[in-house]
Amino acid sequence: MKRYTAILLALLMIVSMFTFASCGSANDTVENLEATYSQEYAGTTLNVFNWGEYISDGSEGSLDVNKAFENATGIKVNYSNYDSNEAMYAKMKSEAVSYDVVIPSDYMIERLINENMLQKIDMSKITNYKNISDEYKGLYFDENDEYSVPYSVGMVGLIYNTTMVDGTPDSWSIMWDGKYKDNILTFNNPRDAFAISQFLLGIDLNTTDKADWDKAADKLKEQNKVLQGKVMDQVFNKMQGGNAAIAPYYAGDFLTMQSINEDLAFVYPKEGTNIFVDSACIPANAKNYEAALMYINFLLEPEVALANAEYICYATPNMAVLNNEEYSLKDSEVLYPAEENKPKTQYFHDLDADIRSYYEKLWEDILRES
Amino acid sequence: MKKRGWGSVALNAPYTVWSVIFIVVPLFIVGYYAFTDKNGAFTFANIIELKEYGDIFVTSVWYSVLATVICLLISYPFAYFLSRQSEQSRRLQMMLVMLPMWMNLLIRTYSWMNILEKNGIINNLLAGIGLEPIKMIGTPGAVIFGMVYNYLPYMILPIYTVMSKIEPSLLEAAEDLGCNGFNKMRRVIMPLSLPGVISGITMVFVPSVSTFYISQKLGDGKIMLVGDAIERQMQAAYNYNLGASISLVLMIMIIISMAVMNKFSDEEGGLVI
Amino acid sequence: MKTFGKIFNTCVYILLYAPLLIMVFFSFNESKSTSVFTGFSLKWYLELFSKSDIIEALSNTLILAVLSALIATVLGTVAAVGLYKMRSKFIYNTMNTVTNLPMMNPDIVTGVSLMLLFVFAGRLLGFAEYLSFWTLLIAHITFNLPYVILNVLPKLRQTDVSLYEAAMDLGCTPIKAFFKVIMPAIMPGVVSGALMAFTLSLDDFVISYYTTGADFQTLPLKIFAMTKKTVKPDMYALSSLIFITILVLLIVINVLQEKSERKLKGEFNKK
Repeated sequence: MKRYTAILLALLMIVSMFTFASCGSANDTVENLEATYSQEYAGTTLNVFNWGEYISDGSEGSLDVNKAFENATGIKVNYSNYDSNEAMYAKMKSEAVSYDVVIPSDYMIERLINENMLQKIDMSKITNYKNISDEYKGLYFDENDEYSVPYSVGMVGLIYNTTMVDGTPDSWSIMWDGKYKDNILTFNNPRDAFAISQFLLGIDLNTTDKADWDKAADKLKEQNKVLQGKVMDQVFNKMQGGNAAIAPYYAGDFLTMQSINEDLAFVYPKEGTNIFVDSACIPANAKNYEAALMYINFLLEPEVALANAEYICYATPNMAVLNNEEYSLKDSEVLYPAEENKPKTQYFHDLDADIRSYYEKLWEDILRES
Repeated sequence: MKKRGWGSVALNAPYTVWSVIFIVVPLFIVGYYAFTDKNGAFTFANIIELKEYGDIFVTSVWYSVLATVICLLISYPFAYFLSRQSEQSRRLQMMLVMLPMWMNLLIRTYSWMNILEKNGIINNLLAGIGLEPIKMIGTPGAVIFGMVYNYLPYMILPIYTVMSKIEPSLLEAAEDLGCNGFNKMRRVIMPLSLPGVISGITMVFVPSVSTFYISQKLGDGKIMLVGDAIERQMQAAYNYNLGASISLVLMIMIIISMAVMNKFSDEEGGLVI
Repeated sequence: MKTFGKIFNTCVYILLYAPLLIMVFFSFNESKSTSVFTGFSLKWYLELFSKSDIIEALSNTLILAVLSALIATVLGTVAAVGLYKMRSKFIYNTMNTVTNLPMMNPDIVTGVSLMLLFVFAGRLLGFAEYLSFWTLLIAHITFNLPYVILNVLPKLRQTDVSLYEAAMDLGCTPIKAFFKVIMPAIMPGVVSGALMAFTLSLDDFVISYYTTGADFQTLPLKIFAMTKKTVKPDMYALSSLIFITILVLLIVINVLQEKSERKLKGEFNKK
């Protein structure tokens, strides 16, 4: 028994060691912001639900956004994470927890609005909304900008290893090229994987015609023969280590991979690509509406948005960041392609349950044959 | 054999209440979803749809059986050798067997990918001595290996705990009565360790049938097991109905196979007690 | 036979510890990668000291694992004894099957069905928050229970009941006889059951995701949510630190105990 007690004590020691050491060493205040935020809601708590690794958290000397918000307002932030829109939806739908701020993607916001799961945001309180680029206002899922405030933006592109691929690919068709058999990766989720074959075939991503989905599925089955695998987070290790030659993934993540493997290159295929916007929303059952407004507004503060853009590495919809000389990614052709190089883009829309279960079934067939 | 009353009711009450509330009621929730459609109306449609999953069920059960057998083949001698060591060292090693599983599953799996990948450690070593690289990640072998690795301690510990109880004098007696090594194993150690083996098999086979993470990562998303199918229905497809019905059928299948095993162990168990 | 045993067991240990060596190796990586080593650095370890949320998650994880393992061990041991004593074959088999149910369901089904149960019960009882630390604890105890029972039952079957009866004949109360006779005999099973319960609770992600409230986050929840991108090496550093501390501690305690035992034996021999 002594042994186990000793181990527990040691673990507690590690914990307490960190607790003492962590006092005040993080960068967690933003000067001059403290004054602009009232302490009116000090002592209340705010439940924030966001993607993992999707906020500047104080590592490598960056700003700890949640801490800074707590310091400025006295509101306690309960921060929790999810790894997919669907996981977030399942938990919200059950109403098991009342979140005050959630940050889902476009099509999920459309579904949440349709199911009356969001409430309108009082834009008069979001004084920093002026920082949002016009490009990301009035988007299809929230045409009147009532329910959502853009947080982060991204596009899917083709990542390839220049030592393994000849020339410069410009089309999704390379993902079917037998020359690269067993060196091609694709997404391990139906919507993203279908999107690639839909672009290649010139089919609308949000088609409700089942025959179109069948065609796209046939194309994917054909692809099975040359694929190394269907992956999500493993794509980082695979591409960084040179274990695969070609993979589609998000532009911002490519920058992370390239910083480790310089042989990697990126292209937006000519057929077009999927674009997504993740926006902050307030659920209908939120309990701390006023604090939620303060938090959303805080995310749009130039310094905060800058820290987040640097940390997440995705494109930002915040003009104050884009115009800031200090923003290190501001000239990145990958995140912000020049007007003439901009790819054709299409958003995902929320499809009805019937189509959803139809393509899920097709997807299972595709998986089974791989 | 007579067992005297230890206040059986009082002993069973807390656990019975607990399992009714937190195991049986959730089971009814699963059952409810399995037999209703999206609007809550009664239907057999989900169950009928399951005929398409037959092949996935077979693959999952087959892989789990293989993983369980391999686990048993490794664990049994391991536990035997362990039980022959000094008590001091045994206590330490019980912890050492479990310790790797205290680290995060995701990190452990990423590490295996580093080892088994195309340009991974093993293939680099092979290249170093002039051999052809082997494809490991993305094969059924990698998935089964992942199951073996992650469930191995759950087989070792129960077998070890029963073996540590076997009196050395019993083995000596067997030797005196003319048993050779093989017979000693077959007639003394095996029957005495059977309850531990049964527990171990249960704790390896049952969870590995429904695993999804290992097959997704080590199988490169190319090997679909029933756990993946359920996970996808419950989450990505938000189809609790179909997910619940696959899960329910899986449960019934496991219960039947466990019942068969229990029958077998009871007969053998009679020899033990 | 002896040397073969040593070699065999060493090979198994190599298999068990291989990925952990990789983990420790990459925790010293200079870059963010966990697959390409770009240079030696201690920065991920230093980073840990500035992150209060990781430390909070770690202590939450430990509190949850210790509490759930402890409760599950007590409850499970009592249940195993009760099960073993069960006279009716039918009830025994039913209870046994029910016990194994949480293992049979994929985690996501257990997680979602418990979440729905908690929401339903919470509404019925008029709670303000349906999910909290307590629901998470209940969920962990529930999935730990079968492992405890499955470890204790085989030991009970090995135990000689006549000893227990003899103790009672000699005037022990049933409870005293239980703690004096049965408990020492089943202790290894109880310990390995507790060990497994602790391990499972420490590493659970899916069930925790569905049953925890907004104010209680554990380390696995944090790590798995990173899979939108990839796991950062600071998690490798944290895990390596825990791993090495425990390993060193285990060996030190072992050496010390061995020494003191040898001393005891020496004194005994002198007398």
